[in-house]
Amino acid sequence: MSEILIVPTMAEMLAQGKQPEVLFWVGCAGSFDDRAKKITKAFVRILNRSNVSFAVLGTEESCTGDPAKRAGNEFLFQMQALMNIEVLNAYEAKKIVTACPHCFNTLKNEYPQLGGSYEVIHHTEFLKSLLDDGRLTIEGGQFKGKKITFHDPCYLGRANNVYEAPRDLILKLDAELVEMKRSKANGLCCGAGGAQMFKDAEPGNKEVNIERTEDALATKPDIIAAGCPFCNTMMTDGIKNKEKEGEVKVLDIAELIANAQDL
Amino acid sequence: MSYLDNLLFAIVLSIGFGYFFMNVKKIIRNINLGIAVNRNDNPRAQWKNMAKIALGQSKMVKRPVAGLLHIIVYVGFVIINIELLEIIIDGLFGTHRVFAFLGTTYNVLIASFEILAVLVLVAVIIFLMRRNVIKLKRFISSDLKGWPKSDANYILYFEIVLMSLFLLMNASDLHLQNVSGGFSHFIKAGSFPVSQFIAPVFNGMSNELVLILNEGFWWLHIVGILIFMNYLYFSKHLHILLAFPNTFYANLNPLGQFDNLASVTAEVKLMMDPNADPFAAAPIENATPSKFGASDIQDLNWVQLLNAYTCTECGRCTSSCPANLTGKKLSPRKIMMGTRDRMEEVGRNIDKNKGVFVPDNISLLNNYITAEELWACTSCNACVEECPVNISPLSIIMDMRRYLVMEQSAAPMPINAMMTNIENNGAPWQYNQQDRLNWKNE
Repeated sequence: MSEILIVPTMAEMLAQGKQPEVLFWVGCAGSFDDRAKKITKAFVRILNRSNVSFAVLGTEESCTGDPAKRAGNEFLFQMQALMNIEVLNAYEAKKIVTACPHCFNTLKNEYPQLGGSYEVIHHTEFLKSLLDDGRLTIEGGQFKGKKITFHDPCYLGRANNVYEAPRDLILKLDAELVEMKRSKANGLCCGAGGAQMFKDAEPGNKEVNIERTEDALATKPDIIAAGCPFCNTMMTDGIKNKEKEGEVKVLDIAELIANAQDL
Repeated sequence: MSYLDNLLFAIVLSIGFGYFFMNVKKIIRNINLGIAVNRNDNPRAQWKNMAKIALGQSKMVKRPVAGLLHIIVYVGFVIINIELLEIIIDGLFGTHRVFAFLGTTYNVLIASFEILAVLVLVAVIIFLMRRNVIKLKRFISSDLKGWPKSDANYILYFEIVLMSLFLLMNASDLHLQNVSGGFSHFIKAGSFPVSQFIAPVFNGMSNELVLILNEGFWWLHIVGILIFMNYLYFSKHLHILLAFPNTFYANLNPLGQFDNLASVTAEVKLMMDPNADPFAAAPIENATPSKFGASDIQDLNWVQLLNAYTCTECGRCTSSCPANLTGKKLSPRKIMMGTRDRMEEVGRNIDKNKGVFVPDNISLLNNYITAEELWACTSCNACVEECPVNISPLSIIMDMRRYLVMEQSAAPMPINAMMTNIENNGAPWQYNQQDRLNWKNE
């Protein structure tokens, strides 16, 4: 693509003696996973359009340690955490936004005790605040009247009680928001959390993502909206398994907004 | 004769309460086998949580049918026990309906006890049907096979018997109150909206026989209550008491926040400190803890052990667990049941060996909870969210995973690969950290 994304790094900002309004924590999925990179870029396009002063750590960013911690490796988690905190504190980061609920939860809840206290927000909350402040306008565009169901990421919803921001944004698209039978605090996991993303499932009679995809398909949606790169992968795989990829799309909230504006 | 009755009552009462408190001491001793954790740093929020969740049953009603029925039984249990006070005073001092002097208030009290008793009966019968006729999935799953299944039914039968005895006691009392010209000490007291319909069964019996029956019902009722109270310790039913401390000491942090092991922080900081002398002997007080994570109940904290005693095996956790729903072995309820069973086993070991635990080659890990169950968890917090009394099976699963990974290096191979990648290149996949910003230009 011949697009120009403006993505300053914290190092470049520092060299110019500037401090960005917010640090965008991209996360491993957002940096390396082909599907998640599209989410990252969609989010950056919105940030650019809204003239948000932000910066990324770039090559200085490293895994938050979340998958190691959930797998039980507290050593590896704390090593990652302390290294990241050194970098973040060196740049005097105050406010961090991330499109990954796992990074979000870890940075927000588990770093403060280790010396890293920041205001950490999920990208759906950040987009909602841009909207509320009038810095971002959302129009329905291609999504007007479309049936959209939102899959709550466990680490955003139950873990941190963020349920409304992503839904408010979907409603702003003039779309029809349909809820699955298990949603919000009762939402069913996509099956990726707790380091499951990186291993095969234990023996059972079904994959968790198939169970969840069935929940979503029961609402007969045009789009399954996600707020987490891992949920996105799991639901996309589920849709493929059900051979519905022609009818139902799995898109991140940031992609919905960016696509609606033809960004 | 009457004094003998009072003496007998006093003896029965002291045995009942004595045995109960003996077991309460055992419960406290066993809970204290767990390691220390401070859950007492926010009393305001703690009281609020207890009031809302234990007293106010706010999480029970998330499932409206079971929630409503449970509230009936719970309110019935609390209110009808006011009657217990009168029974104890009557029993000890040979009085009869000692609170009758309250007049109208007394009538209202007795009437409300009766109505509640009927509601409890109805609720309990529906509960029995849910378990044995409708066979709700969470009540017939394999982790409840054997004792837990019978235990649940025994409790319900017990409640039916107690409520019936209470109503029969009142009915026979009412019958004797209505003997023309009065009978013995049966003064007119109380209002009996329910048992007035039972009283006619005593018509035609001699007053003496009804008196014997009445005393029989009275004795059976109070002895039944004492037996029930003592049964708690052997059953899953301790939640009627422990739900209160359990919600008071619950973890009130966001559910996604897992604790950071302080012992690890010390080591990692030392490792990352360029000025640290790697050959210096570690100061004794900072010596490495004997173990990272948990393989047995002594490695868990006391709140996790309190959780295990509090669990009443309702199975809401398991019925919402994504792993269990998709046929994996993991059942959060079984995590709690296994923890309690192992804790009881350790307790018996200590009792047998004069207060010292003698290693028995058994542990919570493997003997009660297998690695396969632990690795099936997605850490989604559905079980924690579902629990009506703030139990966290997830925290036990995580502590046990820590043991598997940090003490035994026994993670599944792909997990090891993921962790190696994080160590080598700062991402769970094999990508170079220098390529982290490549997406910008792709």
